[in-house]
Amino acid sequence: MMRTLRVLYHQVGFDLLIFRRNPASTFFTIVFPLIFLFVFVGVFGNQELTNGTPVANVYVAGLLALQIVSATTMNLAITTTMRREGGMLKRVRGTPLAPWVFLMAQAVGAFVIALAAAILMNLAGWLVFGVNVVPETLVSLGITILIGSASFSMLGLALSIIIPSQNAAPAIANAILLPLYFISGVFIPDEQIPGWISDLAGFFPIKHLASALFESYDPFASGMPWPATEWLVIATWGLFAAALVLRFFRWNPRS
Amino acid sequence: MRYGDVQAVDNLTMHVAEGEIVAFLGPNGAGKTTTVEILEGYRMRTSGSVSVLGQDPASAPRSWYERIGIVLQESNPYPELTAMEAVRMQGHYYADSQRQPEEIIELVGLTEQAATRTRRLSGGQQRRLDLAMALVGDPDLVFLDEPTTGFDPKSRRHAWDMIESLRQLGKTVLLTTHYMDEAQHLADRIVVIAAGKVVAEGTAEALADQVHATPSIRWVAQNDDPVPPEQLGWTRNGSQFTIATKETTTVTHALTTWAVEQDLTLENLTISHPTLEDVYLALTSSAEHELSAADAKETR
Repeated sequence: MMRTLRVLYHQVGFDLLIFRRNPASTFFTIVFPLIFLFVFVGVFGNQELTNGTPVANVYVAGLLALQIVSATTMNLAITTTMRREGGMLKRVRGTPLAPWVFLMAQAVGAFVIALAAAILMNLAGWLVFGVNVVPETLVSLGITILIGSASFSMLGLALSIIIPSQNAAPAIANAILLPLYFISGVFIPDEQIPGWISDLAGFFPIKHLASALFESYDPFASGMPWPATEWLVIATWGLFAAALVLRFFRWNPRS
Repeated sequence: MRYGDVQAVDNLTMHVAEGEIVAFLGPNGAGKTTTVEILEGYRMRTSGSVSVLGQDPASAPRSWYERIGIVLQESNPYPELTAMEAVRMQGHYYADSQRQPEEIIELVGLTEQAATRTRRLSGGQQRRLDLAMALVGDPDLVFLDEPTTGFDPKSRRHAWDMIESLRQLGKTVLLTTHYMDEAQHLADRIVVIAAGKVVAEGTAEALADQVHATPSIRWVAQNDDPVPPEQLGWTRNGSQFTIATKETTTVTHALTTWAVEQDLTLENLTISHPTLEDVYLALTSSAEHELSAADAKETR
């Protein structure tokens, strides 16, 4: 048990090192969402929505969702496909390392990245746009990031199953995620999205992630938010993805 | 081992003793990688029995891999890591790896490149890194799947020296190759495989004896040259004449005497003994012929 934890710790360390040294993933996960925040709120102005919520509060939550999905689903779908096609996964299978420890490390690493991104997003929202992070909402925020990271990591690993090659990975991941970002209240506040599209988005997990996160930034709410329904939907998607991974995950290159 | 209708490996029997270096030699598609991947636990066999280090690879526990090092035919290193980091990361996968990453890096001759990102290593250096990663767990048994395919002659020599050094470390090595000279240079024993079957097995010398090696005398004739006497037993392919004979001295004497009498020059006159390469080609091509003949019979 201690040994497994030690191996996990080392593997997470190497995975984070690999992430740090990959400028593309660092940029799209950490910097890009911050740029969006400054463009959406800074350039277009911090107006209030019809219900009186400052648009900055909505965007901090929405772009936090973008960071989490990017750190987990997007990164894992691409790196896992690359590692599979490059024979790295096959090589790991030929060592004493338990395969689940290797996959677990990927998810833990993605969680650490999502957490770091969340801290930066909160700092930027607070310092530049005065988006209050109320201490009593932090526990709820932490639970959402934890459930979200775990579930969206599984979705990333599951996505790699259907991606045939390294070149196709970013294209396929973006083709699935970008439309979902647009309809899920990440780029456009939910109240400006037509009802039926919003209902459609409600079937997928990103919208639930964004609205669970928003509860921590809702200026009219008080006390600790407890978005149990959102957590349940996200976790259900995560379990569904985990089942797919258990059944169909590929370690050997396709080509 | 079957893939659909194709029997990739058929009734293949072999044995590798401890401390031995055995080369698994055969043309592409002969079933080398399939066989090795069954031994490595990557593939399930459809029938037969396999024991590697006392375990059936199909059901061996993870700890079985503590004693095994695998160099895959194709595997990239992590481009973001340095050579040393790649070896160190791999080292963490082994519970009781007694070898220091520095020591392994030195063994494969990458000390100067230890701090270089793996994507900047040359092809040969990346292959050496593959070997380093396979050795960091201090395995007893090392699988090398086509360790020098695509190498230039210099890198090949270097790789050979490294594989030789595994012998000094007392490792058991099973390597696959489609180069006869590689098998001859490295292996204590060569197992020749074609169309999923063992067609010959033994030391390089024993293999050469297995085919009745008949030397041949060759030369090139001009169009209007007279043909040599029938009793020399020549065959002709265009302007190329060949006499296959064990009596090279007598036949050469007869041939040259005739040529001098006719006032002819025998262009490119050579006497050659079949190389191991010829032996290997003869062995594998006859096995493939038999297979396609058998196939033809089946379809009829």
